[in-house]
Order: sequence, then C-alpha cells, then structure tokens
Amino acid sequence: MTGGPAISRRRLLAGGLAAGAGLAVGGLGGYGFARESQAVDLQAVVEPFYGPHQAGIATAAQARIQFAAFNVLTSRRDELRVLLRSWTSAAALMTAGEPVGNPAGDPNAPPSDTGEALGLGPARLTLTFGFGPSLFGGSGPDRFGLAAQRPAALADLPQFAHDELDPTVSNGDLCVQACAEDPQVAFHAIRELARIGRGTVAVRWSQLGFGRTSSTTAAQVTPRNLQGFLDGTNNVHGDDEPTMDASVWVAPSDDPAWMAGGTYLVSRRIRMRIEAWDRASLGDQEATIGRDKQTGAPLTGSAEHDTVDLTRVGADGKPVIPLSAHIRLAAPATNGGIRILRRGYSFTDGIDGQTGQLNGGLFFVCFQRDPRTGFVPIQTRLAASDALNEYIVHVGSGLFAVPPGTAAGGYVGETLFG
Amino acid sequence: MTPRRPLALAIAVVALVGGCAGPAVTGAPSNPPVEQSTAPEASQATAADSVATYRAYIEMNTDLLVTRTKAFAAAVEAGKLAEAKTLYAPAREPYEAIEPVAETFGDLDPEIDSRINDVPAGGTFTGFHRIEEALWSKNSTAGMTPIARKLVTDVTQLQALVKTVDLDPATIANGAVGLLNEVSASKITGEEDRYSHTDLWDLEANVIGAQAAWTAIKPLVVSRAPDLATTIDQGFSAVLDALQPFQKGDGYVLFTTLTPTDTQTLSQLIDALADPLSQVAAIVVTAQ
Repeated sequence: MTGGPAISRRRLLAGGLAAGAGLAVGGLGGYGFARESQAVDLQAVVEPFYGPHQAGIATAAQARIQFAAFNVLTSRRDELRVLLRSWTSAAALMTAGEPVGNPAGDPNAPPSDTGEALGLGPARLTLTFGFGPSLFGGSGPDRFGLAAQRPAALADLPQFAHDELDPTVSNGDLCVQACAEDPQVAFHAIRELARIGRGTVAVRWSQLGFGRTSSTTAAQVTPRNLQGFLDGTNNVHGDDEPTMDASVWVAPSDDPAWMAGGTYLVSRRIRMRIEAWDRASLGDQEATIGRDKQTGAPLTGSAEHDTVDLTRVGADGKPVIPLSAHIRLAAPATNGGIRILRRGYSFTDGIDGQTGQLNGGLFFVCFQRDPRTGFVPIQTRLAASDALNEYIVHVGSGLFAVPPGTAAGGYVGETLFG
Repeated sequence: MTPRRPLALAIAVVALVGGCAGPAVTGAPSNPPVEQSTAPEASQATAADSVATYRAYIEMNTDLLVTRTKAFAAAVEAGKLAEAKTLYAPAREPYEAIEPVAETFGDLDPEIDSRINDVPAGGTFTGFHRIEEALWSKNSTAGMTPIARKLVTDVTQLQALVKTVDLDPATIANGAVGLLNEVSASKITGEEDRYSHTDLWDLEANVIGAQAAWTAIKPLVVSRAPDLATTIDQGFSAVLDALQPFQKGDGYVLFTTLTPTDTQTLSQLIDALADPLSQVAAIVVTAQ
C-alpha cells in the first residue's frame, strides 16, 4: 500500500524531469529547468516527522507553504482522537515521500491516494498541527470537555489598531501547516488530510505561500519579501538551541504539562498595498523599514548583519533609524528582549475584485513560547506606530497551540487527548 | 469638462496668479481648480511661492473645517438627527482635502478620523466616525454631545497647528500622492464611511486636495518635465470625469450603489494618476 521505497521515486525524478513533469506539470514547473540540479536534490530530501518537537518549526524554512485551518464538525471527542491518529499516520507517510494509499488499486473504488504528488519525492515536506482557542470552547460551547486544559498562553489575541480582519480567513479549531520545496507536495498533503477528515472536519480557510520570507537557520540566505527588502535578518534560528528553548519551545515547567515541547503559532495574513508602495520613493521605503533596500544593511551600517544602532543620531539631530521605522519597533531591544521565530511566506491571490489592485502580501507565521509575551506586545507596538502601516493591512489572523511531537506508534495531540 | 457640483467647490481651491501666492479662492462651478490656476512663467517660479500657495490652501480648509464641524456638532448636540446626517459628509470634506498635513500632528488625526477598527483594544473611539456610527447605525444622537464637543476642540487645535507646519515642495508632492493612496486604501473599498456610505464625498475631497497640492507645485515642474505635467493634468481630469456620473444633488450617490466594475475603474484611474504624480518629488527637489 505504501508503494516502493522513496529511492525509486528519486530515480524516476533524477532519471528525467520529463517523467515527473508528466505527472505533475505545475509542481516541477515552479522550479523551472534552470534550477534543475537544486530542485532534484531538494525533492529527495526527507525531513524527519517523529521527534520531541513537531517538524516545520526549527526546520530550515522550505520554499513553499500550504496552510489550512479547519472547523471541527463532530462534537465527539473520540472521533477527534481517531482523526488525529489518522492524520498522524498519513503525515508520517507523506513526509517520507510515500503515498497515503494506493493510487492504482480497485478500478471500482476511488483511489486511496489522490496521486498528484507521485514521483515528486518527499521534497522536505513537514506537517505541523495546532489547536485553536475554539477547540477548548473559546467563546462558544465546550464541545470536547477541553476548557479546563486550555493553556493560559492561548488567550485570544486582542484587537490591534488598524486590524481589518475578515473572519472567513481567520481563526479555526485546528490548523495544519504544510511546508515543502514543491508546492504540489504541500498542496497534496493538505488535500489528503482534508479528504481523510471529511465529515469530521472541514477546511475553514487556507493560504498558499511562496518565497519564504525568513531565514530560519544561520546557513540560509536572507530572502526578500514582496516589498523588495531582505526580511528576517535577525530572526531566531532553529539550530540555535538555547534561544529556541528560551523563546520558542514550551518548557516542562510551563503550564499546562501537555504543551511541554510544544509552541504557539500566530498567523497573520498581511495584505500589502503594493501599488502605493511601488510609488513611494526609495528614501521613504528605506526610512519606513530602517534598512538599505539593496544590501539590507541597517541605516546605521553598511552590511546586512551590521548592528542595528537605535541610538545613533544624524547630522540633522534626528535618529538615523527613524522612530517609526519597522526594524526599530520590531527589534528585541525595543521589546524588552522578546524574540519570536518568524516563518512567513509571500502570497498572491490574484487581484482584488473591488479595486483591481494586486491582492498579495505576507502570510506571516511565527512561533513562540507564549504569545502574551511574544507576538502580542510586539504587534501592539507595531500597530500603534509602524511607518509600514501606511502600506499594509492585517486582514486575517490565527492563533494555535502546537503540541509537542510524537514517536512512532504515537500521534500528534496524544498529550492532550490521551 | 462638465461643471463640478457646487459642493465640491466649497472646498477651498487655489488660484495662482502670476507667481504671486495670493490665496484667492474658489469657486464658480464652471471653474474646476486645475483650470483656474494660471501657472507663472517657469523662470519666475520659486519653491517659496509654491509653499506659500499651499499653506494658504491648508489654512483656508482648516478654517472651513472648523466652521462646518461647529455646525455639524451643534446639530448633534441639539439632537437634530436629520440635520446632523446632512451636515456630516460636507463637514469632512475640507479635512479629507488636507489629511496628510493633519497626519503630521501625532494623535490629532486618530482623534478626529479613526475608524472603529483603527482603535486598539482598550482605546477610545472618538471623532467623526464615532458620531457617524451613532447617527446611522443607531439612528440617534444620544450620548454624542461630549464626542461632538471634543471634535470641535480637536479641529480647532488643528486649525492653529497647521500654521506651524514645515512645508517644502517635495513634501507637498508626496502629500498629494498620499491623498490618492488614501483613496485606494479606504475610500474605494467603502471602509471609510461604513455606516453612512458617503465615501464618495471623501474620495472627491482627496482628489481635489491632491489637485490643489499639484497646482501649487506645478510651476516648478512644467519647464523641467512638461510631458509629465500634462500627463498629471490629464490624470486629474480623467478621475474627476469618472466621478461625474455618481453625482447626485449637492453630493454623491451612496457608495453601496457602486458595482465592482465602477470601483475597479475608479481605482485604476487613481493608480494611473498617482504613479506619474509620484515622480514629481524628485523633480522639485532638483529644482531647489
């Protein structure tokens, strides 16, 4: 049922992109032949699924994301547990590059794998599962008897200044973050999980993203976001274990015990006012961000990783990095040393039907030990004063408790559902 | 060009006469602002003239803002619901015409013009839109007297503060672009006046205010970039012409009557104007 070993697919892929492209034009087309050798290597790489922490957090950010939030339709806790077991099994297979079923079995039955990821390889797929406040009752009924186990850190996000949140692209009982080097592999994973869960859960909203906007290991090059600036220069690195333990992973001493080894995910769909940004002068753009557009250097330096000197004053008597500059307000030094792991992606969803303008921006994802001392104070400061607010608007929001990882035979969520 | 509706011209507009920054005003319906400006000879045009002209425009609009806001606030305080609703959109117009200047004074813009979603948890919702919500959503002026009084205080403070604002031609040019960005961000989406749906009043005021800023600095541009100046003039005409079909009586139809095609068309005309306008700052900086 699980098909041949991953190596056979790797050979298929390495043996000729045409074969792979025949099965999945869109997936390989995204890489293009110019990046063939790199694409082949990345397609064959497996990210381990099992471990004390879920994958897709400390993992070096992949090129693509497909994120989905789900509403739970059942009110039976045992059905939810069964679903989490099924999802875990499917995730273990798919992250290893295996199909979840047989795409060519009984001709009288629907195939048990949808097939679009066949031959694409594991492509560094990670699947990361989270639980939203509404799963614990939230402001509604406590459907699963979980209210007493809701972490205090999973407190609803406050209304931030200028939020224009659309409930149809916000919140959710569950979330799954699928990240991969290949968009079709990520898409396939979410599609299969939604299919497996049909009747028990339904997709509430989903977001496809490209062009990771953060480097999450020291070795990764800092990418550019859709505003053309390097983004994520001073990010927490997943391989920096002391910082991960201090700022990202829930410690065994934190409440509740079932979250030990987990973390909290905040997602924000941030629409960029791209047309307005494109007609802002270079000087305004750089003052808005606080960095040189070309090099990514802070305005107080000459290279990307030069120190961000928030105290330096220019000849005009004003701070070189303006008081409203994005990097000043987001800097750990401005936020009592707070650090969060950012893992966002660019997105574009065509044009806005009302304005005809590009509907794109940043699908921001971050992980932290406690949002109340992580994203919330940082975003409160940004929402109040960030010069960037003229060019962006937050239109979607999600908050999820991401439980710890699991070992073979276990399932994600077992620490909560037993 | 078709005559503008009289109300639009009640927003102060500027006439430039021979490079002298006389703050002559405003207008007859057959004279849209861009056409009543007489650019001085390029050789005579100076940055100081442009700044003086635009400063006069701002001050006229804040004067008008105070006058109209007082009348609006008086109707609110007196519980005259229908009158207050009638005075709401016109009171906002002079503000919308000069908003980027108001935004330079820290908290004043949020106090006067915040929409409900601009206010963070724990903050206080004040200003025009707080009253708008009461008038249209609740059909009532109840409890609005303190909000109306504070609004008058705030616009009066703005009237005093604008006399101190630092201006240069590049700032004026960028302010004009900022006004058009305002249109794209919140007016063309119906978010600005979400209870009254009078967004088109604000939209027109943004455009007229941008045009007034452009008119003030145009003399610095025409000799250096005549084609750009022409493109911008044509862009303003195209936007104002496209608004024409939506005029109704002394004002505009409600935003909710616009179709997605209508809003897309307007939005794309605004972008087509704002892009060339964004080239102006670099030119006027060089001119100094």
